Amino acid sequence: MKPFGGNVLFLDRSDINTDEIIPAKYLTEISKEALKPHLLEDLKLEGFDPLRDLKGKTAIVTRKNFGCGSSREHAPWALEVNGIHIVVAENFARIFRQNMFNCGMLAVELPSETIDELFRVFSKSETQVEVDFPNDRLTFSNGKTKKTYSYHLSPFDKTLVEAGGWVEYADAKY
Amino acid sequence: MGKTIAEKIFDTHEVDRPFPDVRVLRLDRVLCHEITTPTAIDDLIRRGKDRVFDPEKIKAVIDHVSPAKDEKTALQGKILRDWARRHGIKDFFDIGSNGVCHALFPEKGFIRPGFTVIMGDSHTCTHGAFGAFAAGVGTTDLEVGILKGVCAFRSPKTLRINVIGRPPAGVFAKDIILGIIGKIGVNGATDRVIEFHGPVISTMSMESRMTLCNMAVEAGATSGICQPDETTVEYLWPFIKGEYSSKKHALEDFAQWKSDPDAEYEKVIDFDVSTLEPLVTFGYKPDQVKPVREMEGTKVDQVYIGSCTNGRYEDLEVAASVLKGKKIHPHVRGILAPATPEVYRKALEGGLLKIFLEAGFCVTNPTCGACLGMSNGVLAPGEVCASTTNRNFNGRMGKGGMIHLMSPATAAATAVAGVITNSPLYAR
Ligand code: SF4
Repeated sequence: MKPFGGNVLFLDRSDINTDEIIPAKYLTEISKEALKPHLLEDLKLEGFDPLRDLKGKTAIVTRKNFGCGSSREHAPWALEVNGIHIVVAENFARIFRQNMFNCGMLAVELPSETIDELFRVFSKSETQVEVDFPNDRLTFSNGKTKKTYSYHLSPFDKTLVEAGGWVEYADAKY
Repeated sequence: MGKTIAEKIFDTHEVDRPFPDVRVLRLDRVLCHEITTPTAIDDLIRRGKDRVFDPEKIKAVIDHVSPAKDEKTALQGKILRDWARRHGIKDFFDIGSNGVCHALFPEKGFIRPGFTVIMGDSHTCTHGAFGAFAAGVGTTDLEVGILKGVCAFRSPKTLRINVIGRPPAGVFAKDIILGIIGKIGVNGATDRVIEFHGPVISTMSMESRMTLCNMAVEAGATSGICQPDETTVEYLWPFIKGEYSSKKHALEDFAQWKSDPDAEYEKVIDFDVSTLEPLVTFGYKPDQVKPVREMEGTKVDQVYIGSCTNGRYEDLEVAASVLKGKKIHPHVRGILAPATPEVYRKALEGGLLKIFLEAGFCVTNPTCGACLGMSNGVLAPGEVCASTTNRNFNGRMGKGGMIHLMSPATAAATAVAGVITNSPLYAR
């Protein structure tokens, strides 16, 4: 299983699409590693500078419909090669969400009030998230405040994360 | 209790239900293109599983960047080409016979009512126009599809949209779907199937139904679906006449893929098109739509007519009817990319290409090209494109460029005026 958690990058916007996560011009790359410097390069977000803001971050908290648009699995890959294995959002676009679990990564959905609270309490400070995968719990802390939230994963999604992805699972079973 | 179309397809294709909310379906078609498939092929080779479940059910095309523009895209094409040859995939379309996947595969008769279809491409939902369940997937799902012919989905919930009223002149399928996305939002159908019904759909051509279903994903939908009818039979007849004794017989058989009158929908929306105007997007999300009227006068640098949304013969015909005898504005670069060789040939023989060329358009070969900003018409920063494609995302057609999505009629009129404008086909 991949390591989950670490320093949090807050992206205060809904509908961040996969073209923004990794632009189409990099889809000619066959290796995942080549995607690394281009993560969130075209993100439309006031004051966001990918080079500065991504440094040391290994988790993302964002709003609604993250990963909409193109089906490109390059989007989770671009996150993965940057060490970001977990994205927390109010909800995700279907293909992106499935791609995350198919790659053994975590796409965690939390209610909008919780997401609001995370932005309110933590987004202005250096924040870490700890993931208790067996018990489906996230703990956010910024030195001053510490808060724990439960989330829900379907048994299938959990199985995929544990199995390390869908290919091995399906090949053994079908 | 009655069933929706997607429920009927799921029930007849289920091979496993590993968990209560997960259904593994048998696939009738696995479609492949050169951008998302090579990574899957590469991974299968690395795992020592370089196999395909059924070469007859796999169809492949090089369409996104064709001809190749550099070594990297040439390599992507080569990986797909070699793989298709290695596994005896007969329906492989390379330069000379290739076209935009979601226009090409239906045109070849590969998609039938009741089919399950996946592709590593979000606009796979286009194929739902035939009464199929067709979903875009990522590379891992595609890889398993290629290897095992199965894919896992959550049980589908269906949103039914009844398209009613009579569309005014100059209002096309593109305006209708932009209107629907504007109404329900880019997240309005996430994890849902959209079933399109109503008198407007019944009288629509298959081409227009594909335009409609193509953009279902822009509202987050897994698949857009139109139920099969006479129009579907008529379109497919050249491919199915060996299988059915008559069109009536085919229609009776296809009827099993209609939704039941008592089917349960999560939501039913009536969308009245009687007062709909031609629409255009104004921001970086496909649900940011306005009447063309309100955007009139916005200067454009380029007009792009093509893509899996609006690069079919019908689209070219409409655009040509606006362009006939006119010249495009001197500041506008007009680009036409017919979606398939068949569209190209028909447009050539029917005299449409002549109209485009005389108006000052450049006609490219069938390819995705500028639609995803990989070749054939990428914008410079600050430039504006009036486009018949399906996505206006920031950077999509080139970093710093702006895309306004619209119908081919509006795009053609805009090319002539040099600014966004209503087509003369639209009776004000
Ligand atoms: S035309 Fe555009 S949207 Fe359609 S398949 Fe090609 S790149 Fe994707």
